[in-house]
Amino acid sequence: MSYLEIDRLSVRLKGGGPLLRRVSLQVAAGEVRGLVGESGAGKSMIGKAVLGILPRSTEITAGRIVLDGVDLLTLPPAERRRRIGASCALIPQDPLTALNPSRRIGPQITDRLVDILGWPRAKAEARAQELLAEVHIPDPERVMRSYPHELSGGMRQRILIASAFAAEPKLIVADEPTTALDVTVQKQILKLIKEMQERHGTALLFVTHDLGVVSKVCQSLSVLYAGLVVEDCAVRDFFRAPGHAYSAALLAATPKYTDAEASLTPVPEAVIAAVRAEVADADRRAQHG
Amino acid sequence: MRLLRTFLMRLATTAVTLFGVAVIVFVVIRVVPGNPVAMMLPPGATEADVARLSALYGLDKSIAQQFLIWAGGVLQGDFGTSITTRQPVLALVLGRLPATLELSVMALVMAVIIGGFAALTGTRLRGTRTEGAIDVANGMALSVPDFLWGLVLILLFGVLVPVFHISGRVTPSLDLPFVTNFYLFESLFRLRLDLWADIVAHMFMPALALAIPLSAIIGQLLKQSLKETMHLDYVTLSRTKGYGENHVILREALPNAILPTLTLVGVQFTFLIGGTVIIERLFSYEGLGNMAIDAVINRDLPLIQGIVILFAVIFTGVNLLVDLAYAALNPRLRHA
Amino acid sequence: MLDGRGSVKRRAGARLWLSAGWLSLLVLAAVLAPWIAPKDPLAQDLFLGRLPPFWVAGAEPGYYLGTDSLGRDVLSRILYGARLALIVALVAGSVTCLLGAGLGLMAGYLRGWVDVLISRFIDIWMAFPPVLFSILLIAVIGPGLGSIILAIVIIDWTRFARVVRAEAMAQGAMDYVASARVAGRGRLGIMLREILPNVLPTIVVLLTLEMGIAVIVEAILSFVNLSISTDDPTWGGMIAEGRAAVHQAWWVLVFPLITLFLTVLSFSQLGEGLKDRFDPVLR
Repeated sequence: MSYLEIDRLSVRLKGGGPLLRRVSLQVAAGEVRGLVGESGAGKSMIGKAVLGILPRSTEITAGRIVLDGVDLLTLPPAERRRRIGASCALIPQDPLTALNPSRRIGPQITDRLVDILGWPRAKAEARAQELLAEVHIPDPERVMRSYPHELSGGMRQRILIASAFAAEPKLIVADEPTTALDVTVQKQILKLIKEMQERHGTALLFVTHDLGVVSKVCQSLSVLYAGLVVEDCAVRDFFRAPGHAYSAALLAATPKYTDAEASLTPVPEAVIAAVRAEVADADRRAQHG
Repeated sequence: MRLLRTFLMRLATTAVTLFGVAVIVFVVIRVVPGNPVAMMLPPGATEADVARLSALYGLDKSIAQQFLIWAGGVLQGDFGTSITTRQPVLALVLGRLPATLELSVMALVMAVIIGGFAALTGTRLRGTRTEGAIDVANGMALSVPDFLWGLVLILLFGVLVPVFHISGRVTPSLDLPFVTNFYLFESLFRLRLDLWADIVAHMFMPALALAIPLSAIIGQLLKQSLKETMHLDYVTLSRTKGYGENHVILREALPNAILPTLTLVGVQFTFLIGGTVIIERLFSYEGLGNMAIDAVINRDLPLIQGIVILFAVIFTGVNLLVDLAYAALNPRLRHA
Repeated sequence: MLDGRGSVKRRAGARLWLSAGWLSLLVLAAVLAPWIAPKDPLAQDLFLGRLPPFWVAGAEPGYYLGTDSLGRDVLSRILYGARLALIVALVAGSVTCLLGAGLGLMAGYLRGWVDVLISRFIDIWMAFPPVLFSILLIAVIGPGLGSIILAIVIIDWTRFARVVRAEAMAQGAMDYVASARVAGRGRLGIMLREILPNVLPTIVVLLTLEMGIAVIVEAILSFVNLSISTDDPTWGGMIAEGRAAVHQAWWVLVFPLITLFLTVLSFSQLGEGLKDRFDPVLR
């Protein structure tokens, strides 16, 4: 039984075109699933839909989001919020804008524990310090009392990671957590996320456009194109022999640093045309089905 | 350290500004045709009488000399003597100042409450018709000056549905045990709530008239600022933690959205204070503004000077405070 | 995306039409006053004092909006009062605009000591409470139409100056200005032919705002009896009388107040409507 099951989820712009086309995927407890695709493919949207933070300009038109056996979309808003707050978390993309500049670090980690889960303040603060130590932040006490602008980007991302694990969530959505970081820091953060995930046994929905990241962290992945899932398989199988032409093209497009002679191969026109046709087919079927 | 340097520099600029104001007022009112002294004497006064009285008030000297004498006096705390009441200008002016200050502060508090409420409600209900209605109301409140609002209020709540008083600071028949002229605060301090209620009933409408345009500015600006802040990542992150819309607006967005509003409100507050001149006249409120109008009509030169300088001091003082507050709060938020 | 935009556009259009409509009505009323005013605005008749408007018992036919304490017809006085209001709005508004925008343009584009001087001037000027200053000026210069206009110009030119200065500075930093300099154009030429057209929309919007302010300042001055020296009716003067007799003859205050209110509102909304029109085109 999967912890998260997304069943034929469709999202569109209000009064506009589709963003997610009958997306289905599953995440088992403790599993790390990658969501890959080019910009605008909808991978972020899936994560946002699960966490209930879709933009106001969009709406869910069909489908189910089943978290631990309960369809979130059938719940009243307050209950849904509480459930998500208690069992899910987000590791955001940009550490420079994801922390409230006028609040100290400590409360930004403990607030969820105290307000939503009802923990006593002392317990929450102890937990926060523990977590900061886990993410290798020196002098956690001082950091708890600091403001975001006093800390570096890498440090802030560690804090956000720590904060995500605070309530011991069963599912974390990592929305391109390394994209906004310096290359030198990316590897560290990636390693940290993997470490934390293994230690806490949390399921992870890892949104990324970088196949290299997928190969290092994920066990399974879903490939998206224009809001349609075109491939869903285990990571091992994917890299050995991808099932879909588009996935193959994506793999081929990844620069190979070991082969200086090979030129960059973009996704061929034919493949794009084919996958676009697939999308159109899916739309037609959805209209008549 | 940098804060101190900024402060000192602003202080210097302020001093220059005040000096400029003093010079301009001094010159302007002496350009007046007709001798104010002549107005004070009974008809039938001789040339000699006029000359003597003029000499007494130093009006026979050149403008430059008069200015130097006056400036010298000011630096020693002597603002001259009022021609109409024969009392020291400083005492008169400081006597009326509390009334105007109380009125201005009350208006500011009202404006912040009304404007803040409008902005928060508009943000909470964004995209709905209510937000549209708030925008329209704001637009209207913004377009119409305090003078007209005062008249509208007089008609609505002074005549049509007489709830508030439209004249004076207190009901004349009341016996006031006050030591200072800060009626509003002292009545509270002395726990004389009956007096306090009477004073508020008198102050409510003039303060509201002053507050309405400022509340619209605050409402618009804060709503805009909130709207922008609500899109930021830390607000979205807060939602994933389980917090509802109200918490997110009040505890995450608001503290960050307030700062840009602050400086504009500071400047607008000085306009509000300027508005007390006509509003006090409209409501026969015994404050500085009302006295100023009388002083001008009566050509009471020293009094006019004193009042204008005091207003200028208040204006520049408020501006200075706002700049300081911004500089102090800024570094923390600019790093965002 | 589409939620609020459509209604904002509609509102902006309605705003523009309504305010332009009222102002046109006002202009017509002012121009045609001698022909459409039912009574002589200056004619006093104490036997006809404080008559209520036509729908209230005790009204006298022909005096549609009632009479004031001296028996003068309120409607006629309002119509004639529009003349003064509009003249003040037009003339004072334009002169203030010219002076303020001119100085602002110079300060913003020429920078240097010109800017320092003008900016310092603006700071000092803004330390004066505007209403008080205008009352002071009138008291000094003496009442009259010219004095009012002068007073308005003197106290409000800073409004234009500050905004135009900021805009001129922003425009001055742009590439098209640098190209003009490289092409050998003189500073004055650049200021007038390159910068001014781009600052013009802002100036126009401020001008409509200023006209509304001019009307208000005149009304306030008439209220404290420091406006024109003749007996010609002014809205502010009517409001002053109305305020004094508000419990006995509310109509003397209400009707000029409504007229003034709608006029000021219209000027301001006209400006807002124009600003909406200009905005998407240029930004």
